[in-house]
Parts: sequence; C-alpha cells; structure tokens
Amino acid sequence: MLRLPKFELRTPTTLEQAIEWLEEAGPSALIVAGGTDLVPNMKHELFTPELVVSLAGIAELRGIRRDHDGALSIGAMTSLEEVAANELVRAQAPALAQACSLVAGPQLRSMGTLGGNVMLDTRCQWYNQTYFWRQALGFCMKKDGSLCHVVAGGKNCVAAASNDSAPALMTLGANLEFESAKGARETPIDELWLADGIRNKKLEHGEILTRIRVPPVGTGHRGAYGKLRDRGSIDFPLLGVAVRLDLDSAQRVEHADIVITALAAQPKRISKVVETLRGLEVESPEFASACETVAALAHKQCRPLPNIPGDHDYRREMVPVYVRRTLAAAAARSGPVHHV
Amino acid sequence: MARLQLRINADLVDADAPDHWTLLEVLRYRLGLTGSKQGCDKGDCGACTVLVDGKPWLACLTLAASVQGRAITTIEGLLPAHRRAGGEGADPVQEAFDRCGALQCGFCQPGMMLSARALLNRCPQPTREQIRDALSGNLCRCTGYTQIFEAVESCVAEAVGAKPDLRSWEAQLAERRGKPVTP
Ligand SMILES: Cc1cc2nc3c(=O)[nH]c(=O)nc-3n(C[C@H](O)[C@H](O)[C@H](O)COP(=O)(O)OP(=O)(O)OC[C@H]3O[C@@H](n4cnc5c(N)ncnc54)[C@H](O)[C@@H]3O)c2cc1C
Ligand code: SF4
Ligand code: FES
Ligand code: FES
Repeated sequence: MLRLPKFELRTPTTLEQAIEWLEEAGPSALIVAGGTDLVPNMKHELFTPELVVSLAGIAELRGIRRDHDGALSIGAMTSLEEVAANELVRAQAPALAQACSLVAGPQLRSMGTLGGNVMLDTRCQWYNQTYFWRQALGFCMKKDGSLCHVVAGGKNCVAAASNDSAPALMTLGANLEFESAKGARETPIDELWLADGIRNKKLEHGEILTRIRVPPVGTGHRGAYGKLRDRGSIDFPLLGVAVRLDLDSAQRVEHADIVITALAAQPKRISKVVETLRGLEVESPEFASACETVAALAHKQCRPLPNIPGDHDYRREMVPVYVRRTLAAAAARSGPVHHV
Repeated sequence: MARLQLRINADLVDADAPDHWTLLEVLRYRLGLTGSKQGCDKGDCGACTVLVDGKPWLACLTLAASVQGRAITTIEGLLPAHRRAGGEGADPVQEAFDRCGALQCGFCQPGMMLSARALLNRCPQPTREQIRDALSGNLCRCTGYTQIFEAVESCVAEAVGAKPDLRSWEAQLAERRGKPVTP
C-alpha cells in the first residue's frame, strides 16, 4: 500500500483561477493534470507539495482543432487516447498519433493528458522508487542526496526524458503555449529542454501549458514512431524513435528529421539525417542504403546510459535497428514500429 | 477532511475523506466496496480498474475529490446495472468469465471484467487483436490470459447468437482425436 503525503487539492474551473492560486501559493504548489506521473511520484515522496491544483475542471484546455493558419491546436488536457484516435492528428501528425497510442496501457491513456506527457518528469531506476528504497541506497542527487549512481563521480543528473510524445512533437516543429501570472508565452518545443536530469525544462513556477500547436505540413509529409520496451503494453520506452520525412511530388526526400528519446535528460536530434537522405526517391535502392547510413550515424551519436531499466548495451544496439525500421515505416506510410 | 459526493454505480454517495486520498482508498476504506483491488498501488497492474464515464480508469492514481460528478462504475455495479436493463443473471461478461474458467486466484478479475465491459460497450464485436489490446493494461499472474480472451470472445458470440468458437484446449483436443467437439 502506497499512501500519498498530505496536501490540499483545488479544482478551479477557469484558467485565471488556476493561475491565481498557483501564484498565491508559490513553489509549494504543483499542477496535476491526469495525475498518472505526479501521483506515483508523490506516493514515492519525490514531490511533497502543500497545494495541488488540478486542471481537470478547465474546459478550455481540452479539445483538438485546426486553426485558420492550418496548424493543429491541441489542448494540454486532451487525453492521450483522444490524440491517438483523432483523424486530424493521424492525418497531419502521424508520428504524434502513433507515439500517443503506445504510451503506457489503455487505462493510463484515458487518464493521461498530452500536456502532462510533454511535462513528464525525467526517469531513473535509482529515482522512481519509494522513500524507503531510496533511503536504503543513501538517496541520489536528483532527490534528497548528493551523488549519482549512474555515472560514478558525475556532477550532473542524467535521468532520462521518457515521454513518447516529445520526440514526435520535436520532429513536427511543435510550439508550446504557456500562461502564467506574467502573461502568455509561446516557445518551440526544441527550446524547452535543459541538459539536466534534475529539471530538464526551462519553466518558471506557475506556468501552465495550455495548448500544443503543430504547424501545417504538406501533402508529402510522412511520419512514424518506433518504441522499444520489454512488454507490449504498460512499460515506459527503453528507446523511442520519431521520424519525419517530407517528400516532393516525385517522392523524393525534401526534408527529414529523427529525434530519439529515453537516452538522457533531453530527447536527442540525430545530425546529418537530411544531408544523407535529401533528393532520394523513397522506393529506390539508394534510399534503402542511405537509411543504413543514417542508422549507423544514429548508432554513433547515441550512447544509452544505465539510467533507466534495460541493459544499456542492448539499448544501444537497438538504436540502428529502430532507426532503420521506423524510417521504412514512415516511407511506407505505416507504423508504429513496435515488437508486439 | 472534506465531504465528497460521488456517483458510484448509479447511486449518489457521500464520503468523508481528506484531499490526498485516492478513489481506491475511498472505495475500499470508506465505502466498503472492496471489489476494486489494491495491487501495485502505482499504476502498473490494473487490479484497481474502475470505469469513469465509461472509460477504464486506475482508481489507485485517481484523486477521489477530482472525480466528483462523474459516473463511476465498480465491479459491484455490473450485475445491478445488467438487471436494471432487464437482463437476467449477472452481466454477460461475468457469466462468460465464469463459463470459461477465465480465472484462478481471481485477484485480477474485477479489473479485467471492467476493461472488457468498456471494450464491448464501445465496440460490440471486437477481434482477438482488439481484445488483447483493450486488456493489455490488466496483468494476470495466474491464467496466462488465453481463457480470458476466450471468455470475451464467447461473450461476443453469445450476443450475436453464434456458437462460440472452440476454446484453444478444445480445439487441440478435437485435432488430436481427429473429430470436432461441439461447444
Ligand atoms: C505504469 C506507467 C507506465 C507509463 N508508461 C508511459 C510510457 O510508456 N510513455 C510515456 O510517455 N509515459 C508513460 N507514463 C507516464 C504518464 O502516464 C504519461 O506520461 C501521461 O501522459 C502523463 O500525463 P498526466 O496528465 O497524467 O500528467 P500528470 O501526472 O498530471 O503531470 C505530469 C507532470 O506535468 C506537470 N503538468 C501536467 N500538466 C501540465 C500543464 N498543463 N502545464 C504545466 N505542467 C503540467 C505536472 O505538474 C507534473 O509534474 C506511464 C505511467 C505509468 C504509471
Ligand atoms: S541519473 Fe539517476 S541516480 Fe543519477 S542523480 Fe539522476 S536520478 Fe539520481
Ligand atoms: S493497484 Fe492500481 S494499477 Fe495496480
Ligand atoms: S486469476 Fe490470479 S491474477 Fe488473474
């Protein structure tokens, strides 16, 4: 039995009220959306807020629409299940729909939100444990302690970004809209991250993610998501690979992007992808052999650490496999790539 | 301590519970509804699955105060709801699990049956693939799942008036004997 530490819960029905309560209470207040990350973390005493402000009653934070500029605008409180099933998202952002369809299991996808997924805390096998367990180990730098069990003598926490939606949203060039007592701000998701596992997001207290905007894509847009995990459901990613291809009318690659997650504190963009694939027709043998080159590049650039469960050498060897398969899936308009 | 008003199995019930109590704690330790099981208590196993507005939901991660006003169904509510709708016996899902022997210790059953009920409500004739997917957030340490999937299939067969397919062991037996066994 895992009890939650005591806190006060408030459920505002307007964004203004939520902002006001967060501002008033200061850093001892936390936001809860679906609670599927925060509640287990509070049960493990990783967070012990005095006040928890639920966004569940704020209707304007839910729903998916297409704005007049063609961008998809997804309310932060929209459930993962809804994002995964939505026709607009499947057509315009296939990698995102696929990534959301593979988060956790069915119950967690009906409870969990896209906003909560973007804002997910980093994960580590020495951190996502009960207080008793962590205490027995002498704690670690991310919470209550001073050293790291992953990198001996390391000065930085390297807990892993483990949110499936993040790499997909990065390939899609998504923008995040925040509101706080200081007003509204919009930031490209690429600029959200910090290379610090303790706090991997540039975020000020009281900032509420309100909407996630995905810019319009052309008709030649292709996307897919590949996820490695132990079981076919429930588990967090041991590796998550998001692929984007944009093809011209002759099926040649104009633009390409690959972002990989579950490595370190921030999702990682593989470099030289577009240079390797540009101009190649996706059904040609040249494309297939260039995909091998990209897979090798990714293998070279990604070094999984023993931060999350799963043997890190195995995870590394799976990098090229998942890159190759997810590229092929995107080119063939299929996916997701998943072993079960 | 706050006075919560919850809509559980078509009843409006009052319960006193502090803000940091989960729905699972309120169900089990305030209302005596112990059908929802407390397994991992952190979102991994699905034993605490209830339905919230018809969707499968983990009660162990739900703050009780946050689901006031929403329709909560627990395993205790399946049979009464079925009877209110004019049915006989228990909910067809419960009958099918019983008929197919889809359990051993039974700990996972309330959650399994509610996930199955949610699936059949939104998709009355699911494929084996859809059944596997819908139940993939419910762990069972006893059965090996086969009989559970077969129970849901048998439920579908019954609903459309077809004979249920032979269950895997029956099919194997029939093959070994060289003749079909009638279900
Ligand atoms: C067993 C299990 C398996 C899981 N597997 C996966 C998986 O495979 N992949 C994956 O990506 N995730 C997984 N998760 C984590 C989680 O279910 C999802 O990431 C989910 O999308 C989180 O959303 P939520 O609404 O429940 O977030 P919450 O738990 O409510 O919030 C998460 C964090 O974000 C903050 N936050 C939430 N919404 C906002 C907002 N609008 N503005 C500002 N801050 C906000 C909260 O303060 C909190 O710090 C798993 C969880 C469990 C328990
Ligand atoms: S990487 Fe893991 S062990 Fe190291 S400081 Fe971060 S959470 Fe702690
Ligand atoms: S008890 Fe809720 S998921 Fe295990
Ligand atoms: S019957 Fe024992 S856990 Fe499923």
